[in-house]
Amino acid sequence: MNLPELQEKLIAAARANNPPSDHVPYAFEKRITALIQARSVRAGMDAWVQGLWRAALSCVVIAVACGAWAFFAPDTTATTSEDLSQNFDTTLLASVDQSDFSQ
Amino acid sequence: MERSEAEIIAAVLSGDAASFELLVQKYSPRVFATARRYARRESEIEDIAQEVWLKAFDKLKSFRGEAPFEHWLMRMAVRTCYDFLRGHQRNRESSFSELSEPEDDWLERFAVAPESVSESADAAKMLVERVLEKLSPEARLVITLLEIEDRSVKEIAELTGWSAPLVKVRAFRARGEMKKILARMTKEKYL
Repeated sequence: MNLPELQEKLIAAARANNPPSDHVPYAFEKRITALIQARSVRAGMDAWVQGLWRAALSCVVIAVACGAWAFFAPDTTATTSEDLSQNFDTTLLASVDQSDFSQ
Repeated sequence: MERSEAEIIAAVLSGDAASFELLVQKYSPRVFATARRYARRESEIEDIAQEVWLKAFDKLKSFRGEAPFEHWLMRMAVRTCYDFLRGHQRNRESSFSELSEPEDDWLERFAVAPESVSESADAAKMLVERVLEKLSPEARLVITLLEIEDRSVKEIAELTGWSAPLVKVRAFRARGEMKKILARMTKEKYL
């Protein structure tokens, strides 16, 4: 079989179908607009969700950092708090002490 | 008052997505005609057209207005069709033994008297569709643009984003690939 001639005939057959139909389905443009609008709403929601996730992650990082700092930092407040409780006891019980002396 | 294309594009870029509908309405026939060259099923054609328009909307910012919007859109359509071909290569390995009766008949008549068969016959159109389906995506794209649409190498380079020498190389390889497919088809039929 003459292949070059067959190739030419088939290309000519494809050309005979040229240009193909340009029929557009009914309300295709409405569908595209609806898709674009739905996508933009979804994109807005995605932005919010992404923002919230980032904020949550930042909060976790800050909480962990504060926890680590509270755990590992030298305990400089212990004596102060002891003094405070002692002062509080003394002040609160001062009247009782005085009444003991008076008897 | 009818708005110009540049005004419509500016409106879309400033957030008026509804104006995009005017562009879709105006250029969809060309997008569908392009998609019909590379896909057969109507559902696939609609998917391609939809993808073209969604890409066009997303990339509208990159449209500078130096060339007509239609050229910019057609580049996008051709590249989307090429992506479609690369993603749908399922028919390339199928055999020619399932030719329909009219296709078989057309081939037999061609074997006997090549000049007597008509290229406008439906059987010839179906047959060429089968052959095109068996080509690699690059070969199919370049054969369609160069041989069927009769475009120049420069035009094809602009549409596909390939360099002109690459288009020529791919066109040469595509013709060879088509010849091999035709040889396989006739061998399967007559052996």
